[in-house]
Amino acid sequence: MSSGFITAVYVAASILFILSLGGMSNQESAKRSVWYGIVGMGLAVFATLFSAEVGNYWLIILVIAIGATLGSIVARRVEMTGMPQLVAALHSFVGLAAVFIGINSAVVPPEGLSGAEQAIHEWEVVLGVFIGAITFTGSIIAYGKLAGSIDGKPLILPARHWMNLAAVILCLLLGFAFAAHWGIWTLILLTLIAFAIGAHLVMGIGGADMPVVVSMLNSYSGWAAAATGFLLGNDLLIVVGALVGSSGAILSYIMCRAMNRNFISVILGGFGGQTGPAMEIEGEMMATEADAVAAALDAASSVVIVPGYGMAVAQAQGSISELTRRLRAAGKSVRFAIHPVAGRLPGHMNVLLAEAKVPYDIVLEMDEINDDFPETDVVMVVGSNDIVNPAAQEDPNSPIAGMPVLEVWKAKQVFVSKRGAGTGYSGVENPLFFKENTRMFYGDAKASVDTLLQKMG
Amino acid sequence: MLIIGTPKEVAKNENRVAMTPQSATDLQKLGFACIVQSGAGAAARISDADYRDAGVTVVRSAAELWKQADVIAKVQAPSTAETKKMKKDQTVISFVNPAENKKLLDAAKNAGSSLIAMDMVPRISRAQKMDALSSMANIAGYRSVIEAGNSFGRFFTGQITAAGKVPPAKVLVIGAGVAGLAAIGTAQSLGAIVRAFDVRPEVAEQIESMGAEFLFLDFDESGSGDGGYAAPSSPEFREKQLALFREQAPDVDIVITTALIPGRDAPKLWLKDMVEAMKPGSVVVDLAAERGGNCDFTVKDEKIETKNGVTVIGYTDFPSQMATQSSNLYATNIRHMLSDLTPQKDGVIVHDMEDDVIRGATVVHKKKITFPPPPPKIQAIAKAAPKAPEPTPEEIAAQELAAQRQAGIREISMLAGGTLLLMLIGAYAPASFMQHVIVFALACFVGFQVIWNVSHALHTPLMAVTNAISGIIIVGALLQVGSSNWLVVILAAISVLIATINIVGGFMVTRRMLAMFQKS
Repeated sequence: MSSGFITAVYVAASILFILSLGGMSNQESAKRSVWYGIVGMGLAVFATLFSAEVGNYWLIILVIAIGATLGSIVARRVEMTGMPQLVAALHSFVGLAAVFIGINSAVVPPEGLSGAEQAIHEWEVVLGVFIGAITFTGSIIAYGKLAGSIDGKPLILPARHWMNLAAVILCLLLGFAFAAHWGIWTLILLTLIAFAIGAHLVMGIGGADMPVVVSMLNSYSGWAAAATGFLLGNDLLIVVGALVGSSGAILSYIMCRAMNRNFISVILGGFGGQTGPAMEIEGEMMATEADAVAAALDAASSVVIVPGYGMAVAQAQGSISELTRRLRAAGKSVRFAIHPVAGRLPGHMNVLLAEAKVPYDIVLEMDEINDDFPETDVVMVVGSNDIVNPAAQEDPNSPIAGMPVLEVWKAKQVFVSKRGAGTGYSGVENPLFFKENTRMFYGDAKASVDTLLQKMG
Repeated sequence: MLIIGTPKEVAKNENRVAMTPQSATDLQKLGFACIVQSGAGAAARISDADYRDAGVTVVRSAAELWKQADVIAKVQAPSTAETKKMKKDQTVISFVNPAENKKLLDAAKNAGSSLIAMDMVPRISRAQKMDALSSMANIAGYRSVIEAGNSFGRFFTGQITAAGKVPPAKVLVIGAGVAGLAAIGTAQSLGAIVRAFDVRPEVAEQIESMGAEFLFLDFDESGSGDGGYAAPSSPEFREKQLALFREQAPDVDIVITTALIPGRDAPKLWLKDMVEAMKPGSVVVDLAAERGGNCDFTVKDEKIETKNGVTVIGYTDFPSQMATQSSNLYATNIRHMLSDLTPQKDGVIVHDMEDDVIRGATVVHKKKITFPPPPPKIQAIAKAAPKAPEPTPEEIAAQELAAQRQAGIREISMLAGGTLLLMLIGAYAPASFMQHVIVFALACFVGFQVIWNVSHALHTPLMAVTNAISGIIIVGALLQVGSSNWLVVILAAISVLIATINIVGGFMVTRRMLAMFQKS
């Protein structure tokens, strides 16, 4: 088939991918836009199969069949609470593929390259492999942290910024060596060092920053694809890689802004240095029982529920949904307040609530609902901590100072469902728990809400 | 186990009762036993049988009740006859008005009993649940509007009917305390046009939040006193205020006055000439009648009509007129007071004189008169911090202009830098590479523009779908599978495999997620 035809199909596929991302702007068009993506991907693969370079068709059919089966099994089995891990794991695949393709292109370089063209090609290989390798190990570590198999606390090695810098400079030198045709070993060594950088970068980032990390890795996987496109001279890869790369970057930026954190400091890991002693917290935590919570909910006319990672861990979304249904049936206004960084993945809470069949039009963002708290009778905080921490506004020395938070303490009454009296992921004490209108409702979120449902009869 | 007893109120026209079956149930949970005098709740429509059902013992006479009970909970301050029944170590809880009831305090002191005044509960947020003055004022405010409507010959709400147009009633509420706000809310919900005035400028917001118009007085003096109450005002201020009322008098149909200053006679605010300026059929309800009234014509406990046909109502027993409602609220206030007095919930009263609330409300304890209390340790209402001067519109405009200019400069310098960099690359790189750069740069911009619009709720599906799309790297791997080098074939085949997992898994998961989003 002519290359003109293939290019035409690539153009169509690119447009479909753009529509697919753009359609994510609301829930209704999103369902349609996934199909755009699927059709675009189908067209792209189909057209590529007709390229002159493609051979070994039986092998291709076999691995695609195996891959499709594995992919569908994984997608069907995964719990919605396991979504962050899955996305992180999938990113690692793109990274690894980019590494392999780069090495392949170094082993068998395209013919007829000379001078500047050849130099550019070598550097494209270096870039593709470098980004791909960082994406690969970074995603694996992120997967481990999200799945809980690696400790969520940031690993802070001494002089870690210098170590990263040294590693990057070493990679740069190896890149020059590779471009000067010292041999394939320079590229392999570079890959290994990049693996180490990726792992070390993500190890140094705390669990609370994981939403940013996941979207950043998403961005990297896009840039890796774009670099691969450059080295293969394939415009479709460049376009799609750039789309994914820039969308991931924007998403990371939005997340960072929601946490009032500097993007660079999040990527480089660890929290910024504390500037002074934390403010003394006055008062005491007051515990309460399901009876009292049920009575308060019964008397309330407006209720706001603030879910957090604790809800995901306890799988409490179903019980919360049932609670919502009953309260709404009793004629009360029930709404959900979602902080942009609640959970471990952007939009994590929305997905869980949707799974539990909570209507999405009562699930509101922070900016939409923050002004309504003073008129709210009861706020139920379910497994969230840092995102409702008043210290962010009141204590300039707090590590989370300046981060926009949900102002739940302005409501008439606040119930906090929490496993124990410990601190949140950021390790910061939460003065909310000590406020006069706050009652602690200790226990596993799901068990607590279930007892609550019984009490409400 | 201590016994809490509630006698039948002895005062004339007092229908309330300090214990209800509901509050008795809660008191028993605190470890108390409850008794009532037979017929105590009759006027509030609570029968002896209702009490018995709630586990309350009904005793025949007041004398027996006063003898048995360790704690007496009642509404009105004990009468002279009742003070004679007080005994040593008994706790009596009721309205007291200690500033003007010296005789009662002495009697309690001599009897050795403790006297807790519900009207002395400090106005701090922790004590709101036992603030009986507020709960009674709330009822009085509501009832004042109902009473006004009863004497008022027109609708509250404006209507246009086939039989003609009815203008809405105009209601003026003077003093926006609890009673005033309750009156505003009630009149508002009946459909009247409501205006309100208060000497404390900080309540303007509360008035407006109830839907009424705040009558603004342009005078640089705040009438706020301690504890959220009003303070007396200067003569100049008073003149300004009266002028404002004089202006309103011919226009409004109903006036509800609630102005009180702690420990003084009610200020005269609605004068003779204002009443005379009102239209015939208008109504004035004076909630300050107990303390002499805000209106010149007010006669305590009476409804009178002036020569020009204005009804002036001076009833003082509004809460008692709604005895069932007010008994419920008052009994709950009492119950909260008792639960603060029994921190262990074991039916043992701990009279903690270090506690602000208990200290404030206790007027006689251990043979000592403890009134007036020292000022509470906690400020009732935080004083409003002085506001920083608001920037003028010109300043704001100038700031915005500067910000715009700065953003513009940054954008232009970034564009210029980018162009220079591209030109530098273009000078050395081959043409084919530059074409790819164009495609790359444009795609980046498209990506930026498209993603800004994605709603936050869809960030996870977005990530899943971009993840699936990044599986496009399969195209690169496919192009290499046909190689003659076996190593390349193996690596490319693995790449195709994992990219396929990524594509299929990513799209399927996205669809699963999106299928879950639904509207109610």
